Amino acid sequence: MGKAAIVGVAQTKYERRKKDQIFADLVFDVTREALADAGMTIDDIESVVTVSNDFFDGRTISGMAVGDACGGQDKNISTVSGDGTFGAFYGLMRVLSGFRTTLVVAHYKGSEGSVPVTTNGMFDPLFHRLLGVDAVSSAALQANVYMNRHGVTEEEIAAVSVKNHGNALNNPYAQVPLRITVADVMASRKIADPLKLLDCCPVSDGAAAVIIADEETAKRGGRRPAWVKGVAHCCEDYLLGDRDLADPAALRAAAAKAYAMAGIEDPLSEIDVMEVLEPFSYMEPLWLEGLGVCRPGEGASLVERGVTTMDGRLPVNPSGGALSANPILVAGLARLVEAVLQVRGEAGARQIKGAKTALAHGFNGPCGQSHCVWIVGAEG
Amino acid sequence: MTDWLREVEPLTLKGQIAVPYTWWAGDTASRFFTALRDEGKILGTRCPECRKVFVPARRSCSRCFVEMDQWVELPPEGVVEAFTIVRYAHPIQPAEPPFAYVLVKLDGADVSFLHIVKKDLQDLGVGRRVRAVFKEKRDGHILDIDAFEPVGEH
Repeated sequence: MGKAAIVGVAQTKYERRKKDQIFADLVFDVTREALADAGMTIDDIESVVTVSNDFFDGRTISGMAVGDACGGQDKNISTVSGDGTFGAFYGLMRVLSGFRTTLVVAHYKGSEGSVPVTTNGMFDPLFHRLLGVDAVSSAALQANVYMNRHGVTEEEIAAVSVKNHGNALNNPYAQVPLRITVADVMASRKIADPLKLLDCCPVSDGAAAVIIADEETAKRGGRRPAWVKGVAHCCEDYLLGDRDLADPAALRAAAAKAYAMAGIEDPLSEIDVMEVLEPFSYMEPLWLEGLGVCRPGEGASLVERGVTTMDGRLPVNPSGGALSANPILVAGLARLVEAVLQVRGEAGARQIKGAKTALAHGFNGPCGQSHCVWIVGAEG
Repeated sequence: MTDWLREVEPLTLKGQIAVPYTWWAGDTASRFFTALRDEGKILGTRCPECRKVFVPARRSCSRCFVEMDQWVELPPEGVVEAFTIVRYAHPIQPAEPPFAYVLVKLDGADVSFLHIVKKDLQDLGVGRRVRAVFKEKRDGHILDIDAFEPVGEH
């Protein structure tokens, strides 16, 4: 693979209801901020990938509605309907195929639609949709399989919520920073067993953008490139019952490819910080198992053992993760933005000291049907 | 937020998209739903390569990428592989909470079947045997199975 780097990033503050901004406003703001971050003007952008979903936005070909706001006029603009990490993957492919720069911008407003209805729409209309299953109830099934398989306790997954909401106190973009205890999570309202309110992400509004550039453009003076060291995505079966929900096979496959590209043999010792997409608390340990940080079943004890805390050997989600703000589609791109800020040493109060290599992860589909893994580094 | 907007009620436009769809069930799912409706039977398909039985029936094997043309009748009974008791209500749900979603490994199948449990929720658990209860009047869709229910001693 030719060399490419992320040279500009931006994100909005994530909020429950952005009453003063329509989609185009959010996109306009993060586009301008990402350009300023990259030291570029809109004329430096050669191609554009927008990330949106028609069902979420309530309009057909939703990408067309934000082209103006991201400076797409007269440019090659295309849309990914999926998590922002996949949009960025498409953006990277465009840079590798000859565009010097690609802007990738994602938007979502959970405040405007209905999360149960739109996420129920993920499921097969013939076999599953009439059952009313949605993102939350399907996640609860996965939590049940995972926790039952390995004897994971509700307190162990609650500790992930405590950690990430606590980390969010250091992130000015987070929606739900909280100082809470495991007892608070355990006492929160039952949603779908074993998940309680504080095991679940909030409904969020927000947007994020990254600018990906080829080597020559990235090395131009004044830029602070985060080099793409490795990246891959993989998918598995659509119907929930076809998959082993306690074994994220697609994530293992994607991680293996990304690590091979990046020359990483032991992620625990060679990666300094990870940002993984965990809209539900149990997902963080399950994804870390898929990412090869530990053996299956060992993920749940990582918080208690101090491995994934801010001062641990491998801090995970210093930003507070998706538990602290989950604008769907944007949330994976936010993980990538955070990873870039970490390797640039610009993550403010949530900075992991000396971070040189960071991993960002996103997924699509119920219970992580497909996963995308990015590894970015300070050095080219 | 700009100052002036704080002093007024931000404007919204209420809308609802209700698009009528008619999804053809197709060759394979039509046979599955016809058997469910007319005979109260649950049909799967077997892969000629890996010999795995998939239910609900579908045409291609995701592992082997071959056509599955061998039909298998499965008993309406199996074992709970996963369950969750739902505590929140929403109009899209087919039952009043609390009810449960279950992934059931029907006897003889190699994958799990997603459906609901409406009663005896306290008896649910991974490994519990459950049985499909069919509606008397059936229309040829997945809710022709009214629900699964726990069977036998725990």
